[in-house]
Amino acid sequence: MSTFWSIWISVIVLGTVFGCWWLLWATRKSQTTDTETDRTMGHSFDGIEEYDNPLPKWWFYLFLATCVFALGYLALYPGLGNWKGLLGWTAVNQWEAEVAEAEEKYGEIYAQYGQTPVPELAENDDAMKIGQRLFANNCAVCHGSAARGQVGFPNLTDDDWLWGGTPEAILETLHNGRMGNMPAKGTMPGMTNEQVDQVVNYVLSFSGREKDAEAAKAGEQVFAQACVACHGPEGKGMQAMGAPNLTDNTWLYGSTYEWIKETVMNGRQNQMPAQDRLLSDDQIQILAAYVYSLSN
Amino acid sequence: MKHEIVEKNLGLMIVLIVLTISGGFLAEVVPLFFLKETNEPVEGLEPLSALELEGRDIYIREGCHVCHTQQIRPFRAETERYGHYSVAGEFVYDRPFLWGSKRTGPDLARVGGRYSDAWQRQHLYDPRSVVPESNMPAFPWLFEDRVDHTKTAAKMETLQTLGVPYTDEQIAEASAQVEGKFEIEALVAYLQQLGTVISDKR
Repeated sequence: MSTFWSIWISVIVLGTVFGCWWLLWATRKSQTTDTETDRTMGHSFDGIEEYDNPLPKWWFYLFLATCVFALGYLALYPGLGNWKGLLGWTAVNQWEAEVAEAEEKYGEIYAQYGQTPVPELAENDDAMKIGQRLFANNCAVCHGSAARGQVGFPNLTDDDWLWGGTPEAILETLHNGRMGNMPAKGTMPGMTNEQVDQVVNYVLSFSGREKDAEAAKAGEQVFAQACVACHGPEGKGMQAMGAPNLTDNTWLYGSTYEWIKETVMNGRQNQMPAQDRLLSDDQIQILAAYVYSLSN
Repeated sequence: MKHEIVEKNLGLMIVLIVLTISGGFLAEVVPLFFLKETNEPVEGLEPLSALELEGRDIYIREGCHVCHTQQIRPFRAETERYGHYSVAGEFVYDRPFLWGSKRTGPDLARVGGRYSDAWQRQHLYDPRSVVPESNMPAFPWLFEDRVDHTKTAAKMETLQTLGVPYTDEQIAEASAQVEGKFEIEALVAYLQQLGTVISDKR
């Protein structure tokens, strides 16, 4: 802050404090030199007069005390331009002290958990208590507080993984996020409506739920052209691409004919946001262990 | 001095009242107009794009700032939950600022990138479908209404005169960039950039 503004602020602040003091002092009514004429305001309405008593002493001195308090406060804390205050307090160093205190208390515990391999950490009840809270704060908004997921957000408790359920895969998902992208009509942009119907029936036939057996049969050809690149020839998916297994009974976006048709027609885009920017490595290690523990 | 003099001279009383009530403003607010800390953007801060700017106006229109703050205070409890505390330089292009004053919902100062676009859309369409205990209202009309592209350029010009460094090129392209976009796209674009200039691990 420039000297000008520093002086500007100091003059106004101190001027206000001393101005209040002066005003109190200059307008006070002395209680000892009270004379007869001072006792009323000197006007009368229908014979009603108004007393002009001085402020009770305790009250008057309380006002003065607020001025003294203000001066003391301004000496201790930064309130006068560039004056830092005798305590050297700032909002940021208060925060830094809070963080340092927490670091001293928890830092070692986190560092120790951060070094522990995921499967071992998943067995540690204390670490998993921390993991549960981290999960509730950071993950439950999408995956649900019980980690069961919902439409579009995977269930983490079922041991069915889009991107892999090994400790390494979970850590990678947490650190760098995942970007799932199923293009509309897969790798066959020219798919006709009839072919869409066929391939949906074929996908349904993996779980024995096809509506039209003939269409399902014809759908095999379409599937081979449009879907195998990611979902594999048997529809078992491919974790390297986040392509789901279509033969198990786990569905990210609904399992009915209509839902699957919608998926084929318009594709699906989904994202797991990277946590690297948000959480420390130790916290991510604990979270990975917590997620791992849900299905192991 | 007698108090009577002040009480019986209206002009003098007005002058003294004005002096008294402007003290705080002159000492606490006026200097901020001229300080480096409050006027210089933090490194990497860019003015909002046309779409984000329209999203911001939708944010204001729907009253998001009534229930959500955009200001992380320097307390550990807040920085643990939301990220690095807010600094003045992040808001130099915000006119008006949207710090808010009440948290019925969580702070949004650094919500950008925390959730996927899909989540944001789902949550705005039906908040309880993703957060069962939420009491946030749903905003389904954002998915039906298109952004009004006719005023985008004028808004950016106004901001330009207030010192936001939009280039004339950006202003010329503004209308085309938002035309035909749904309101939800604009709002999500705005939300996804919030607080991303400063990133700090919690």
